[in-house]
Amino acid sequence: MNDKEELNQVKEKRTLWEKNCYSKLVKDNPEQKKKFENLSWITIKNLYTPEDVAHLDYIKDLGFPGEYPFLRGIHSTMYRGRLWTMRMFSGFGGAEETNKRYKYLLEHGETGLSVAFDYPTLYGYDTDDPHSRGEFGKCGVAVSSLKDMEILFRGIPVDKITTSMTINGPAAIIWAMYIANAENRGINKRGIGGTIQNDILKEYIAQKSFIFPPEPSMRLIIDTFEYGFKEVPRWNTISISGYHIREAGATAVQELAFTLGDGLEYVKAAMERGLKIDDFAYRLSFFFNAHSDFFEEIAKYRAARRIWARELKKLGAKKPRSLLMRFHTQTAGVSLTAQQPEINIARVTLQALSAILGGTQSLHTNSMDEALALPSEKASRIALRTQQIIAEESGVTNTIDPLGGSYYVEWLTDKMEEETYKYFDRAEKLGGVLPAIEKGFYQREIAESAYKYQKEIDENNRVIVGVNKYKMDEPLSIPILEMDEKGEQRQINRLKKLRRERNQSKVDKNLDRLGKAAEGDENLMPYILDCVHAYATLGETCNVLREVFGEYTEPAMY
Amino acid sequence: MERKIRVLVAKPGLDGHDRGAKIVARALRDAGMEVVYTGLHQTAEMIVESAVQEDVDVIGLSLLSGAHMTLFLDVTQLLKKKGIEDVLVVGGGIIPEEDVPKLKKAGVTGVFGPGTHCEEIVEFIRKNVKR
Amino acid sequence: MNEIVAKVLKGDARSIARLITLAENNDPDVMSAMKDIHPHTGNAYVIGITGVMGSGKSTLIYELTREYRQQGLKVGIIAIDPTSPFSGGALLGDRVRMMELATDDGVFIRSMGTRGMLGGLTSAVYDVVEILDASGKDIVMVETVGIGQAEVDVIKIADTTLVVLVPGLGDSIQTIKAGVMEIADIFVVNKADRSGVEQTIAEIESYIDIANTDRDRKTPVLSTIAKESKGISELIYEIDKHREYLKKTKRFDAQRRKRYEAELVEIIRKRLMDFIFDEPKFTGKVESLIDQMSKKEVDPYTAADEILGKILK
Repeated sequence: MNDKEELNQVKEKRTLWEKNCYSKLVKDNPEQKKKFENLSWITIKNLYTPEDVAHLDYIKDLGFPGEYPFLRGIHSTMYRGRLWTMRMFSGFGGAEETNKRYKYLLEHGETGLSVAFDYPTLYGYDTDDPHSRGEFGKCGVAVSSLKDMEILFRGIPVDKITTSMTINGPAAIIWAMYIANAENRGINKRGIGGTIQNDILKEYIAQKSFIFPPEPSMRLIIDTFEYGFKEVPRWNTISISGYHIREAGATAVQELAFTLGDGLEYVKAAMERGLKIDDFAYRLSFFFNAHSDFFEEIAKYRAARRIWARELKKLGAKKPRSLLMRFHTQTAGVSLTAQQPEINIARVTLQALSAILGGTQSLHTNSMDEALALPSEKASRIALRTQQIIAEESGVTNTIDPLGGSYYVEWLTDKMEEETYKYFDRAEKLGGVLPAIEKGFYQREIAESAYKYQKEIDENNRVIVGVNKYKMDEPLSIPILEMDEKGEQRQINRLKKLRRERNQSKVDKNLDRLGKAAEGDENLMPYILDCVHAYATLGETCNVLREVFGEYTEPAMY
Repeated sequence: MERKIRVLVAKPGLDGHDRGAKIVARALRDAGMEVVYTGLHQTAEMIVESAVQEDVDVIGLSLLSGAHMTLFLDVTQLLKKKGIEDVLVVGGGIIPEEDVPKLKKAGVTGVFGPGTHCEEIVEFIRKNVKR
Repeated sequence: MNEIVAKVLKGDARSIARLITLAENNDPDVMSAMKDIHPHTGNAYVIGITGVMGSGKSTLIYELTREYRQQGLKVGIIAIDPTSPFSGGALLGDRVRMMELATDDGVFIRSMGTRGMLGGLTSAVYDVVEILDASGKDIVMVETVGIGQAEVDVIKIADTTLVVLVPGLGDSIQTIKAGVMEIADIFVVNKADRSGVEQTIAEIESYIDIANTDRDRKTPVLSTIAKESKGISELIYEIDKHREYLKKTKRFDAQRRKRYEAELVEIIRKRLMDFIFDEPKFTGKVESLIDQMSKKEVDPYTAADEILGKILK
């Protein structure tokens, strides 16, 4: 980024500085560590200068916001035009309780909804299924039928607000419920907006909430892509997620590489089905983690945008909107400590700031009590307020990509891109993403990073405040969310009533038609919608597909 | 010859978060123990039957979904029902402080939350194995 | 008779498990128990399964077991994984693929670490096979990773040995020990939905053509897709055929006799080693002889004579 003569001067001066100032000082007063590394174990130098970014071409490699390669942001005005969406992931107990929480958050300035489902829902089981034992409403809301979906969004303007739903294995069914609920309320499905996570690859890799084997899972996902751009064009039919990969123990580099690898796999699968890349690519969205190494996270988001734009171009995307990587961010749940929980507010603030300086489109900030239990109302309000402070007090939104051009950040952005391509190559050598999953490649890489990180903490080579340094013995004073103990019974009663009162022959007929269609290769979305409209439950609908598709079990651990 | 401590590491219920279970499994191996890993989605019957066949000294349960009061206790109750008294049961996950004494009373002798040092778990097991 | 043995003979899972632990730990009580076990053995058919990591052995065993269970047979499974030479610990992960079998009382699964050191593994596995045999299992499967000599030795316990390979692992034949290829009674090319199956089969066939010239039975090569239950009944058919072949050619008894011979040698070797290296009166002598050897004051043969002389006199 500099002319040659100037670079030579910098090089010369730097050598002198190292020799005369820095080394001398370090000799007498050794630095705090022998080696400085970030969370991906990338060695960080003492100082970055124009030398480290000399190979970069501003126009080609950085460019301008809203223009290829989108390193500096996907919109030309970024937060000067519109702030990110403050979207708090939330859900617990039954639909009634969560509906109340959504209204509370919206009243306090939240600008988008994000639904957390409980485990039975994530696995496509009804609340009264034996598999659901003990799990009702525990880490999300239980939705077993359209009836629950109706209650969940009662009194919430689904035509105005966008909703993100963290659902994968049964994503098509839950999405169908959301669409059906809007339709029943007289809202045109072409007008509703939101996101379904619908990212099964990261389930196999990290989160492990899978139902079907890869092939039929991919088919269902492409079905939603196709149905989406034809019928529900404002909906993001996938949120390709690095968040869970990171939470499972991956480094930032691994999160970036594995997520983008998954993304490209979806694009290729859709193209193989005959979909045109410019028809669907603009509805692919992403979801990243915001962990604790501030600059590394910022570099990660910036690199992600550039790699995605370049790769999509290579795959033949022509429209600029196809090249944009839009992403949601959540602060790292795994970084929260159960010890001295209040200090998590400070952690979350820094993590949120990195996501914003990295140009996120929406953000969830974790509550301080989440290493202990589900967040209380107050804790989640403070988390939301954290975003509002960054947005409206800190001044970081005044200019676009304020860290662009920083020698360190640009160098690190580049470095992460380089490491990502190395992982792409390794997966390619194993035969691609699916074979690599089957061979446990990603799983092993993640488990190794997770163990290495934990060992560093255990051996006091990495500081976690309150855990291995600045420890305190204190009674826990965080109030924990109390759940309505009658919720589960209420839900089961509702299911029983539903099964009694609905038109059973219509349910049977629609489920039967879905099963037959699943054996062929038609798009399943219309069939699923018919089942949902007839109040077939989530479990019933999923079981039809389980019959046809079979179930996935993970490869052995080592 | 020193008898090796054998540990069954299991994830009951539907929760798929296996980072902690895998880290602990590796740490126990590195402490010289034999660790039988069962994987995800285990019922109490599967866990107890496996523990019997593998003749383990310890059952380690990991659950982050909050269903521990049901699913951990399913395991300890089944052990009791089968008259198995020489197996140490420990558990970890997102466990609110108020549940800890209840779990301990029900037979989950060691309860470990986020931020636990792996060495602490190793020591606890070494000290508390029942045979 | 030993109380635990009586329970083992009735198929009681807890007693089987406990006795296996004793055998694994080389517990002094095991010797008397095994005396009572031995007369009740010889009924189980032993299948050895070996092959590279990631070849899907556990899934294959799971599928075979399901098939045998449908035939009403009882199955014992011994899954052996390497022990870490650094810590002495082991991660035993084979059950993951077989958890569906955990609650079937006609199936008993035991994971074992190799525990390294002086071949102790082999004698323990002999005991475990006998225990499972005596407990009424019709089929006993022994699974190892086909990498080291110890594992090759272990698998020699089997009546029928399957060597499992997968396509596309480069020169997968080259990656496993030559000794492993030689012990195959049946080759299984698993994950046959991957590209390169034909090539892998061709490689194995050409290996067989060279190696099998003096045998009256050509080693069959089968392809399976274990995770989709494909090729499993064909595999069982081949195992049965091999069993008949062994019986018909009188090799069955000869092979079993060889197994007993190996077991006897193993036990003697092990007890002799324990005697020499664990007995306090010998350890000092052994240490000083090794020191002398280091200083070139004594040669290895003279040192060995000196120790053996003390025992044999």
